Amino acid sequence: MEVIPGIARWFVDPAHWQGPAGVPARILEHLAMSAAALVIAGVIGLAVGIWVGHTRRWAGFAVNVANIGRALPTIAVMAIVLPVTAAFDSQNGFKVYPAVIGLIVLAIPPILVNGYAGVSGVDSDIVESGRAMGMRGREVLWNVEVPLAMPVIVTGLRSATSQVIATATLAALFGGPGLGRYLVEGYAQRDYPMMFAGVILVGALFLAIEGVFALAERAVTPVGVRQRSRDLAIRPGVGGGP
Amino acid sequence: MIDWAWILDHLDELAWRTLQHLYLTAASVAIGFAIAFGLAVWSIRWRAALRPILGGTGLLYTIPSLALFPLLVPVTGLTDATAIIPLVLYSLLIFVRNFVAGFDAVPAEILEAADGTGYSSRGRFWSVEVPLAIPLIVAGVRLATVSTIALVNISGLLGDRFGGLGFFIFEGIRHSFPTEIFLGGLASIALAVAMDAALQAAQRRLTPWVAQPTAVGSPGSAVRRPVPS
Repeated sequence: MEVIPGIARWFVDPAHWQGPAGVPARILEHLAMSAAALVIAGVIGLAVGIWVGHTRRWAGFAVNVANIGRALPTIAVMAIVLPVTAAFDSQNGFKVYPAVIGLIVLAIPPILVNGYAGVSGVDSDIVESGRAMGMRGREVLWNVEVPLAMPVIVTGLRSATSQVIATATLAALFGGPGLGRYLVEGYAQRDYPMMFAGVILVGALFLAIEGVFALAERAVTPVGVRQRSRDLAIRPGVGGGP
Repeated sequence: MIDWAWILDHLDELAWRTLQHLYLTAASVAIGFAIAFGLAVWSIRWRAALRPILGGTGLLYTIPSLALFPLLVPVTGLTDATAIIPLVLYSLLIFVRNFVAGFDAVPAEILEAADGTGYSSRGRFWSVEVPLAIPLIVAGVRLATVSTIALVNISGLLGDRFGGLGFFIFEGIRHSFPTEIFLGGLASIALAVAMDAALQAAQRRLTPWVAQPTAVGSPGSAVRRPVPS
């Protein structure tokens, strides 16, 4: 096995830690691309999910559309977006836009569905108590429903984030940025240490993000519902894919 | 933007790539189902095995597919196994989670009642536990199938023996030909959505008593209703 020393040599080579193709730059690109997609997906998914959960209007429709969204292969979404963005912007249209749009489509369903499930799942007795105390609809939403839904909402964000971080490697197929470059370039050059290094970096980033969310989930869970929410824990679904 | 004439010229290839896509999906889902079923049964019998199994399959799931397919080439060459092995490995986490959740959802009273009526442990497993776990088993099959359909595309990275409809995407990238990339993307979306709808219909027929969701988490965990009480 000369693979492992090869990987070790790859990691200790200072050339791999500098410049636009270096590890820090690639990690930043990966995070920036993922963050851009997650922010946009978060705004859309939470706005729709929470609104639908609060009003119960269009709920079946929104959740069904989100569930169809889950079935879409991200690489295919990137592929159908590409001719459009390439026509608009010949520079970046082939690189970053298809990737970010594909990741947005990947991230919306778990965020939306959990936003809906969290808000609509709040015990109706509690919501009525809020109203009985004189809260208006909006106050009930922000002071009762959203805080109680928070653990479920954060679980949705966590699931979306993990999937996006893992799937953002696909951007490299279209010449886009991020850690996927090590995989695609490593394969093109049959540079196996580079590919393994890419695998390790993606895995490490994935686990680091998971760790951050595990802490965040705890932090946003109102103290009074901690025990209960563990019992009813809604685990992130496996979607998107490696 | 799109060269429709090229697409019309390649309908034959579209058809056989669709078949290839379905073949790779079916083979991988079948093998993954069998392995995961074994793992799930083992882990409900011997609970200590559950965490390592979920951890191990979860770790496999973090390996980017862009790496796993090519890294198998030196080992298995350009054979079907090079595409099927990663697809099977990726399906395990989905299957095991759903199977274990399905067996766990069988109420303890029912198991006791089965023991009381004299079932052997094997008889109880096949006649009581498996039938009651079916909603989550079926949900797992649906989720794993849809996920595998998406991942088959990535195997197109390895060349023209692989990839199903995803092969068009890679070929289009190689030639900087947006039409071919678009065709591959559109066709594989159509296939994924159609299979998801078909499996949802199958799910309704097989488990008509399960309240159809308003899903939580995922199509897989959709049927995990809150515990009544």
